[in-house]
This record gives sequence, C-alpha cells and structure tokens, in this order.
Amino acid sequence: MAVGEVMRMEVPTGGDLTVSSPDLHVLAVDDSIVDRKVIERLLRISSCKVTTVESGTRALQYLGLDGNTGASDLKDLKVNLIVTDYSMPGLTGYDLLKKIKESSTFREIPVVIMSSENILTRIEQCLKEGAEDFLLKPVKLADVKRIKQLIMRNEAEDHKTLSHSNKRKLGEDVDASPSSSSSSSSHDDSSVKDFPSSKRMKSESDIFSPFI
Amino acid sequence: MNTVVAQLQRQFQDYLVSLYQQGFLDNQFTELRKLQDEGTPDFVAEVVSLFFDDCSKLINSMSRSLERPENVDFKQVDSGVHQLKGSSSSVGARRVKNVCISFKECCDVQNREGCLRCLQQVDYEYKMLKTKLQDLFNLEQQIVQAGGAIPQVNIN
Repeated sequence: MAVGEVMRMEVPTGGDLTVSSPDLHVLAVDDSIVDRKVIERLLRISSCKVTTVESGTRALQYLGLDGNTGASDLKDLKVNLIVTDYSMPGLTGYDLLKKIKESSTFREIPVVIMSSENILTRIEQCLKEGAEDFLLKPVKLADVKRIKQLIMRNEAEDHKTLSHSNKRKLGEDVDASPSSSSSSSSHDDSSVKDFPSSKRMKSESDIFSPFI
Repeated sequence: MNTVVAQLQRQFQDYLVSLYQQGFLDNQFTELRKLQDEGTPDFVAEVVSLFFDDCSKLINSMSRSLERPENVDFKQVDSGVHQLKGSSSSVGARRVKNVCISFKECCDVQNREGCLRCLQQVDYEYKMLKTKLQDLFNLEQQIVQAGGAIPQVNIN
C-alpha cells in the first residue's frame, strides 16, 4: 500500500481515466457539538463518508500523527479531506493544518478551514500554510457541494497526471502516490494549483471577487 | 382532499413564517430544514435540542464566572459567549445570536452589570425559542400523523 494514499480508483479498460464517483472520506474537526452534527449531515447529504472528532488532538490521533497507529491507517478508512474549525481550545485549526502539511504522509490531504470570523489576515495565513479553502460559518449545503467538487476535480487532475507519467496495466487499481506527482519540496509549488480557481474563498466583504 | 391535513399544513406554514418575521429565526434555519428528509425527519429537532443543551450548560458556567463582583473571569465568559454565538448562528437562532453580540461588547469592556443583563436576556431568548420550536415540531408531528407531508416553506 502506498504511503499517503489518497484515493483508490479503478482504471476502466479502454483508457481514459474517469472518476467513477468514489466516496470521499472526510474527517471533520470541531469542538462544538452542534457544528459537528451539522457538518456531518452536510457531508453525508453530499455523499461523503464522515468521521467527526472534537479536537485537533483527536484528529492527529485518528490520523496516527501522534506517533501511534491511527484508525485511518486501516485501508478502508483513508481520509481524503479534512475540514476543521479554526478556533478550538488546545490545538487550533491552524495548528492542525501546519502539522498535517509538515507530515510527509499526510501533507497531500486537502485541508479546509472553517471560521465564524471573517478576518482577512487569518484567511491569508491559512491559505499560505496550504489550506485548500476557507469557509465562513455558518456552513451551508452550497459550501460543502463546492468544496466536494473542488476536491474531486483536483483528484481527477492528479490522476490524469499520474496515468500519463506512470505506465500501468489497464484494469488494475490505481493507487495515488504523491511521490510520483509534481515534487513538493516547497509549499509554493504547483501542488497548490492555480490560485484563482481553487482558492475561491467565501468572503462577505467580497474582497476576492476579482479572482472569482 | 383531506382538509384536516391541509389545515394543519397551513397552520404550520403560517407559524413558521411568523417565527422568521418576528426575528426568532434566520436563513440558517432554512438551510437546516433543507437537510431534513423522510429518512431523517428528526434532524432539525435533534440539532436544536443539542443547541438548547449547549445554551443551558454555557449559561450556567458563565453565571458562575460572573457571580462574585470582585472576581469575574471575563476570559471564561468571553469564551462562553463565543461558543454560544457560534452555535446560535449555526442553527439560525437569530435573537439569541444578537444578544451574544451585545454580550461580547460588555465582556470586552469588562462590564459585569452589562454581562449579567445579557446573560439574563440570552437565557430568556433561548427558552422562548425552545417553546416556539416545540410548538412547531408538534405541528409537524400532527401533519405526519394525519398522513400529510411537511410543506416546503419559502422565506423571502
């Protein structure tokens, strides 16, 4: 099993790699029980598998980043997306983001930050650290659908790159191996994708509307 | 046509609209209703139930922090208000959320009297909303028991 495997996909015979709608497994992190319930439902309705945890520490435990074997080490529980609240006691969402991006195993997992506060410097800080997107709370169904589309599109693009650069027998399962995608020696490389299209942010002040 | 069902549906619709008009609920409540279907008919009730439990818990702990005038833990109160504001926002509890905004301002300037007033107000508002929503859910239940469907209500 490839380390850092993000998604298993089957390559249909006949060539062209299409995403046959594999379920995303999302790890949702929020200290509010109300918000956990809502985000879980939003994600389930959007056909995602969901695991919710109440803190950054628990999230790291789940991933196995605390040094122990995490639940997500099991093949079926591989996490495809992490959605985390920003303001949490103990480890903040930002701290969690940093830890994930520092990890060679997990840095390829997209991380989306949620916050009730529309603070520009906060948003910038998170994006700079590698967050995929930033959602303003309260989170709505349209937000989750958008994120899911974004993630699925990025995954499809990654796999297109892989299928060209790696010769694989048709019909075999394709494992996403981060090591064979564009090298990520710095955070500013192409794994961040084009800023305007993938970093659309929900911002009440519409400061970023030129990028949309 | 089953007039009992139609009557109940009308009652439900009018009641729900009035809750929005009187400012008890905002658009986020509409968003929550979208997430409910025949397979999960109790979703909204469950979420608001968690919210009301949260309110009760947070109000109690903030009350303790505000108790002694010479020793108020404003940091703890601020944290409580922040959480309350967040969860009220997530369920569309508009009046509760608005009190939290004033509450936070009192906290920021360490105004204990103001905080106590806001605490009382937030307690009143959440309990009021709880009663209103209970009436709403009862109507819903009656509709279902009478064999009808819960109306989609459009709030402008």
